[in-house]
Amino acid sequence: MVSLTAIGAGLAVIGAGIGIGNIGSKAMEAIARQPEAVGDIRSNMILMAALIEGAALIAILLAFFV
Amino acid sequence: MRRIFLSFWCILSLAVFATAQDQHGHDNHDGHNHAEHADHSGQDHADHSGHAHANACGYTHEDVFNPGAVAFHHISDQNIYSIGPVAIPLPCIMYVKDQGLEMFSSGVFEADSHGSGIYAYNRWVIYEGSVRRILDKQFPMGKVAIGEHNLFPVEETMDNGKKRDVIHLCYEGEAWRCDSKSYADGGFLGGGMSSYYDFSITKNVMTMLIVFILVAWVFIRVARAYKKREGLAPTGTQNLLETLFVFIQDEVAKPFLGAKWERYTPFLMSLFFFILALNLFGQIPFFGGSNVTGNLSFTLVIAVLAFVVTTFSGNKHYWEHIFWMPGLPAWVKVIITPVEIMGMFIKPLTLMLRLFGNITAGHMVIVIFVGLIFIFGQNGANPGAAYGTAIGSTLLTMFMMAIELLVAFLQAFVFTILTASYIGAAIEDHHHAEEAH
Repeated sequence: MVSLTAIGAGLAVIGAGIGIGNIGSKAMEAIARQPEAVGDIRSNMILMAALIEGAALIAILLAFFV
Repeated sequence: MRRIFLSFWCILSLAVFATAQDQHGHDNHDGHNHAEHADHSGQDHADHSGHAHANACGYTHEDVFNPGAVAFHHISDQNIYSIGPVAIPLPCIMYVKDQGLEMFSSGVFEADSHGSGIYAYNRWVIYEGSVRRILDKQFPMGKVAIGEHNLFPVEETMDNGKKRDVIHLCYEGEAWRCDSKSYADGGFLGGGMSSYYDFSITKNVMTMLIVFILVAWVFIRVARAYKKREGLAPTGTQNLLETLFVFIQDEVAKPFLGAKWERYTPFLMSLFFFILALNLFGQIPFFGGSNVTGNLSFTLVIAVLAFVVTTFSGNKHYWEHIFWMPGLPAWVKVIITPVEIMGMFIKPLTLMLRLFGNITAGHMVIVIFVGLIFIFGQNGANPGAAYGTAIGSTLLTMFMMAIELLVAFLQAFVFTILTASYIGAAIEDHHHAEEAH
């Protein structure tokens, strides 16, 4: 059982990693294209990353406690 | 000249920091590592990777370093406040069902650096920093010497199939079962209701009080400075706080809350600065290692606050969008409504978990990096490897602590920005809502 929950938590982390990685890469591209909008892009990037992290955290919680 | 001084100061503080970290490693040698601690003879390391201690009740204590257990012990809330090797007693306020309040100082237990006491007091004992209650009425009242290593965990299976450790006291050849405090987690995290509630001023409560006083003091001073130095450029603390304050105001409050930003600014600022101060306070090495923002109860309370503020400031459009989303066919609305209602609760839930997860993970990683010394040193069997790893683990810990400084800011910011966006969605006026479709 322990190994199964660990695999579940790991899968959740992979998903979140891909998602946040995509956000980061697109944000970098956007900043390169429009350096003057860096403030807006940065705060939106953090917001989106936090939302994805939320989904991953729920998955990890379910993996460990259910 | 100034630059030279500055760089010199930087290097010096880094060096002091490194020594401090190293000391932390040694500290663990002395106090926190089970293997070292239990090994009183301290000589024949060579053929033992771990000692076994048997007490009078037949419980054998395997002295193998368990990084997970040590990490969990370090992040948990405690009834003693330890600054370096000094354990400062804290007041214990216990409410026992049908018996009323009991108050005493946790100093009566005379706990060692592990947080395990060598005395029992009025059927209370302290094990790994938390006070527990001996259930049996036969046990003598008053201060009773119980000796070292006589408190031990026994694994039990709970009704819901989860396993948990129940602490037993070995006293005069008999095992006495000890109850741990009530947790309102419904047995989810291995807690559940027990025979007493712990309302003590614990380490976390103490930290919150200290941080509250610090933050209030700094802000009152800065507010005075604004009155006194009206029209002048800010200096010192005032300068630092103004930067942060204006950053939150311009990056968080104004863009997300629209015209009503001023109404919610006090709430957002309180959230940001309290979380930030607690995050940073928990980072100070040897100073209790408080883990307030990495405690689910604390994050639960602030998430509930965010939920209450959001729900009570929700306007007509907010509720309309939750219960009967306009502009959608009826059958879609039937699906959307439950999802929206769930979303109402999932938003604060993720707020709670995100802060808890990030800060706890940071604290645990640092403890485990220090624990690498004992893993590679094979519990003292291989001192050479331990010294070698100590260098690497000091560097790793310093690196982690630098990252944790960033995380402390980032998580306080993320919590504030997300709360602002939830409130902003609840108070949005109609025109914005129209644009959104």
